[in-house]
Amino acid sequence: MTFEEILGIKPFELDSAKKTEVLTDRLLWLSKLHLNNCSEYREIINRLWHFKDFESADEFKSKGLTYKDLPFLPVRLFKELDLKSVKDDQIIKTMHSSGTTNQRVSKIYLDKETSANQQKAMVKIVSDFTGSSRMPMIIIDCPSVIKNRALFSARGAGILGFSIFASKKFFALDDEMKLDVDGLRNFLEVNKDKKIFIFGFTFMIWQHFYKELVELKKSGIEFDLSNAIMIHGGGWKKLTSEAVSRDEFHEKLNEVCNIKDIHDYYGMVEQTGCIYMECECGHLHASIFSDVIVRNPLDFSVNKIGERGIVQVLSTIPTSYPGHSLLTEDEGVILGEDDCPCGRKGKYFKIFGRLKNAEIRGCSDTYADKFR
Amino acid sequence: MIPMPTSLDNIDYLVGNKAILENMSKLATRPIFDDEIMEMLNELSAKLMHSKLAKNYPDIISFAFWIRKASLNNLKKRWNNKDNFYRLGRGVCFHIAPSNVAMNFAYSLVAGLLSGNANVVRLSSKDFKQVDIVVDAINELLEDYEKIRHYIVLIRYERNKDINDYLSLMADTRIIWGGDDTINELRTSKIKPRSNEITFANRYSILAIDSDYYLEKSDKKSVAINFYNDTYLSDQNACTSPRIVIWLGSRIDEAKSIFWEENLKKIHEKYTIQAVSAINKLTTASIIATKDYNAKLVNTVLDNTSLYRVEVDRVDSKLMDYMESCGFFYEYNCSDILELRDIADNNSCQTLSVIGNKDMFRELITSGIKGIDRIVEIGHTMDFDLVWDGYDLITHLSRFVSI
Repeated sequence: MTFEEILGIKPFELDSAKKTEVLTDRLLWLSKLHLNNCSEYREIINRLWHFKDFESADEFKSKGLTYKDLPFLPVRLFKELDLKSVKDDQIIKTMHSSGTTNQRVSKIYLDKETSANQQKAMVKIVSDFTGSSRMPMIIIDCPSVIKNRALFSARGAGILGFSIFASKKFFALDDEMKLDVDGLRNFLEVNKDKKIFIFGFTFMIWQHFYKELVELKKSGIEFDLSNAIMIHGGGWKKLTSEAVSRDEFHEKLNEVCNIKDIHDYYGMVEQTGCIYMECECGHLHASIFSDVIVRNPLDFSVNKIGERGIVQVLSTIPTSYPGHSLLTEDEGVILGEDDCPCGRKGKYFKIFGRLKNAEIRGCSDTYADKFR
Repeated sequence: MIPMPTSLDNIDYLVGNKAILENMSKLATRPIFDDEIMEMLNELSAKLMHSKLAKNYPDIISFAFWIRKASLNNLKKRWNNKDNFYRLGRGVCFHIAPSNVAMNFAYSLVAGLLSGNANVVRLSSKDFKQVDIVVDAINELLEDYEKIRHYIVLIRYERNKDINDYLSLMADTRIIWGGDDTINELRTSKIKPRSNEITFANRYSILAIDSDYYLEKSDKKSVAINFYNDTYLSDQNACTSPRIVIWLGSRIDEAKSIFWEENLKKIHEKYTIQAVSAINKLTTASIIATKDYNAKLVNTVLDNTSLYRVEVDRVDSKLMDYMESCGFFYEYNCSDILELRDIADNNSCQTLSVIGNKDMFRELITSGIKGIDRIVEIGHTMDFDLVWDGYDLITHLSRFVSI
């Protein structure tokens, strides 16, 4: 199955059996591709997973195997090794993760094909929620986050990625992270009959948009965003320290500016394009371009629906780097498959955030920081 | 007298107080293995042995056993065999205990006391029940030892350069129980020109198994218990925990299969791996697969994550750049003991634990290597001794007076 054929399928249309067929074909093909083109990937598959080569799709499936049986790489590997499956002169862009926990950052090498397919997948997934026409876009961030290459990280990449849905763009914050009230008023006035698209990182929206709107409301300045759709991502970690839940986030924003249509998303720079959008029921959904498997830390076996574990993400996109099957460091749970009340097929799930750091014993330096 | 910084008020005293601390440099030094000190330690031993609370902590019991009279007398014999010398403490010993081995502070303190010093021990802020139990016992005991009371101060404080500076300048010996970051941090605080320092840097350790010897052993179960205690009990994260298993002898394959089968039983029975550790192990195994070691994971990734065995076709100190914990072992089939020269010729190589005859390694030790400070039987890697990490603690913490 080629990527073009997958693009021909509606993103949330296939049920489990049909989707398994599609993903098994594509992910097996990608595994072979990287085995033949990325020497590091080949060494890992040979030496750890004991696959000399992958069988043909027919042989593979005749043994009852599916994409769930294919190898995965731990996501941190992209920080430790340079992994690519194309020649250097094919690489048009290198993406970096934000390296907060480690000084090292991931390096994700993109060629024209992978980069283009990331965009195509993203468009298909997001337009299932926003509709297919472009919208005036308000970005809850400062313009320098994409101008300044030094700052350019997951935040900048996210903004650029979502900018393809914009007919025009407005950065709502200045470089001091202050809300540009006049600019916002103008932008809304000029686009008053159009559906507005608001994008930003969860924490930025709360800290620099919501809190500011609350203050403005006290002095009689109000904005009506009832005709807007908001997409936010980047996780809840910083907000849980302020004890803001998803429901509260929705309620409070609705209270202050009438916005109703709010969607979280889950995604990572290592699998750009394959994002997981939150539906009206508050569930993250895997599209036809990707899947999520939750694994048991004791033996990496596949957990059942409802069992928390380590999140593995699969993507049909990456051909320039071996990132089609990754074991993340996030904890999650599959909530169900094919039966979300929102009507979308495929798995729906919840992410609890980063796995908690291991409390390991012993006398190595790992914990020196705590003790000094 | 060094001026007392105001930040000294941020010190939390577990044993002793500010006045005792300030007065410490004026105390008389004692001879090594001083009778009164030994008597006090023996009483502490009895107290801990009879403590209901301590019973649940084998590490407290081992410590109590180590400081009982008979054991101390044995130690004394090892150091009191030279005539014509007086051996006295150096003065004040400032100990920086490690964060994750609960009882280490107590061993360090005893080494300081037996060498005749007054001791300030900084404990990590991490909560260990063992620390509470031992500290309470010491406090009770010191009520009866008015003199010795002045020789022991146990403290905690948050990271603070002023306090580090003050205590370092006060010290005649500074003893830092690692790791590298902590040592580097403390070294920004000066010690006096005549003071000395002992540092325990990050180390790695290895295990060698003579397959023929192992197969002849009747009690394979106790070997597995010993192995577990040396490794999994401390998440394989102690400097003394072996990271590499070296196989020797003529029946390696047979020995391997029995050895690991027995270990797996123990691991399944007692060990629960945390998710992050499972991911770390997969990551390190993936990295080593791409390096020049011809690495091969025994079993597969989708087996149990508690035990990773990675076979390699050579061992060298560079391999230890890819060290992992929580049940991750490199394995090497060795046909000549001198193949271990490279990994042993590195001053980061600490403990060689052995299933077999320790004498096998004399050739290696005498080949002029910079590493391996101790060779012990399996199960004893964590046993504390006054010779540690290549240092004779009594000698380093005391001075000779020649007449």
